[in-house]
Amino acid sequence: MSVATQTAAATVTATLSGRSRDRNVASLVFLGALWFSLFFGVMVLVALIIDTAITGSPRFDLNLLTQYESTIRKDETGFRAGILGSLWLMGVTALMAIPLGIAAAIYLEEFASKTSRFNRVVEINLQNLAAVPSIIYGMLAVAIMGLLGYNYKGIVLGGAMALALLILPVIVITTREALRAVPDEIRQGSYALGATVWQTTWRNTLPSAVPGIATGTILGLSRAIGEAAPLLILGLATVRFDPTGVESKVTALPMQIYNLSSAPQLDFQVAASAAIIVLLVMILGMNALAIFIRNKFQRSW
Amino acid sequence: MASATSSDTFPQMGSFGDVHMHAERRLPDSPVNPVMETRDLNVYYGDFHAVHDVNLAYGRHEITAMIGPSGCGKSTVLRCLNRMNDLVAGAHVEGEVLYHGQDVYAKGVDPIAVRTQIGMVFQKPNPFPKSIYDNIAYGPRVTGMKVDNMDDLVEEALRGAALWDEVKDKLKQSAYGLSGGQQQRLCIARTIATKPDVILMDEPCSALDPIATARVEDLMLDLRNEYTIIVVTHNMQQAARVSDRTAFFTARPDETTGNRTGLLVEYDLTSTIFSNPNDKRTEDYISGRFG
Repeated sequence: MSVATQTAAATVTATLSGRSRDRNVASLVFLGALWFSLFFGVMVLVALIIDTAITGSPRFDLNLLTQYESTIRKDETGFRAGILGSLWLMGVTALMAIPLGIAAAIYLEEFASKTSRFNRVVEINLQNLAAVPSIIYGMLAVAIMGLLGYNYKGIVLGGAMALALLILPVIVITTREALRAVPDEIRQGSYALGATVWQTTWRNTLPSAVPGIATGTILGLSRAIGEAAPLLILGLATVRFDPTGVESKVTALPMQIYNLSSAPQLDFQVAASAAIIVLLVMILGMNALAIFIRNKFQRSW
Repeated sequence: MASATSSDTFPQMGSFGDVHMHAERRLPDSPVNPVMETRDLNVYYGDFHAVHDVNLAYGRHEITAMIGPSGCGKSTVLRCLNRMNDLVAGAHVEGEVLYHGQDVYAKGVDPIAVRTQIGMVFQKPNPFPKSIYDNIAYGPRVTGMKVDNMDDLVEEALRGAALWDEVKDKLKQSAYGLSGGQQQRLCIARTIATKPDVILMDEPCSALDPIATARVEDLMLDLRNEYTIIVVTHNMQQAARVSDRTAFFTARPDETTGNRTGLLVEYDLTSTIFSNPNDKRTEDYISGRFG
């Protein structure tokens, strides 16, 4: 046996029989602390959801989805107005925010000069806008609705405007990331054939970026659907009818939950708990759709 | 890489003239009625002087190779010819780039129109994430070319790039399913579909294996009958195999800043460059003593 093999064999034996350095006291304490943090974070969430589900369990029935809010038959009160209102708000929010957000991202990523001072200012502001509290967007929407001459601002248009402003930075940022992921060689190849910047974007870059854009947009919308603060500022009230257009009065699911959970009657509180689970399912559904789109259509270059 | 292979190959340098595939081609010493010319071309990237005073003429239906060590500015010169350098932030060009006597950098010249006449094939095959058919049809569609029958045009372009027989049954399939060499020939087909006058190739074979390289080189020799080809290559044997004329560039470090500025050392018939170069630097490079 040569010297080298002997040394190697000795090292292997020592390593396998000796105490692992990953098992000393400090490591174990730290590992325990990490486990506890994880446990704490997840358990609080799980406990909350289970508690809510148990509280709401008597009301997991069809009336919850199909009935309006009722002070007479409290045990049959439902969230039809809130669910339909939230769907209307999402639709109009999407119509306003998606084209604007994608267009802004295309400008910044494909057309704007990367060195211009103006564009750098826009970039920094976009990052900051994504962190602005949602209630601020509600106030902005109130102001805009006032300028447009609406006295009563709790309508689909007002709510959608606040939510659109809220998710616009998210859409711009995720769209830019999706566009940036398209390799430059594709653009160069297009330019070299005599295509304009617009043709290159429209026919090549944008279609390649659609899965990423869709994912980001859905995640933005799923954030908007859970928001109550900006709608509160707009004064969305309780309504007992379905929205019929952008100017019809509306309520949203989070708003209705907020109102009923603070009501004194137990039946309303139970209904609110059940509605929270409905809202969670809607949000999880949208996130699942986003993940599905990402996994199904994402391209590796 | 160049030095390793060339030192093996170049002891029999004298034989290069014999293996030269078109040794019989009788060409004038300098291009008559050149398709393209650069006159005192200087390129800057911001403050960085990338290329100094390049004067070159590219002959019609000839393959011109531009060789030289890394950083010698050959790709920069190539990208000036169809104004692809416009896309690089801070790039700035002085001097003239003449296409049939007209300066492509003159005021009022649309770079998009320039690129429809002077196509380009890149180092890494870059098919679009579309079907093979749509890859070929892309150029004619965006340039608004009048096409009687797109199917015929696609077939013609694919035949022109010697790819038709391999892909005729899967035109609607994604171009990403092709091998690297097929993708590069697809990119060449895509370029000739717009019926350009000049085809620029920026190290078209550097990402390909030797067999795919040989096929692209054969294709270049075929295409020479219809197009003017200007190719940048790191591979000196490739320049010797396919080109009619060779321009040798080198980089000269600035004494104060240390920035390397590219300049043209020698331009001549390929057979002369590889058998009897005038400049010591050319001889050193092709015999593998530097670079």
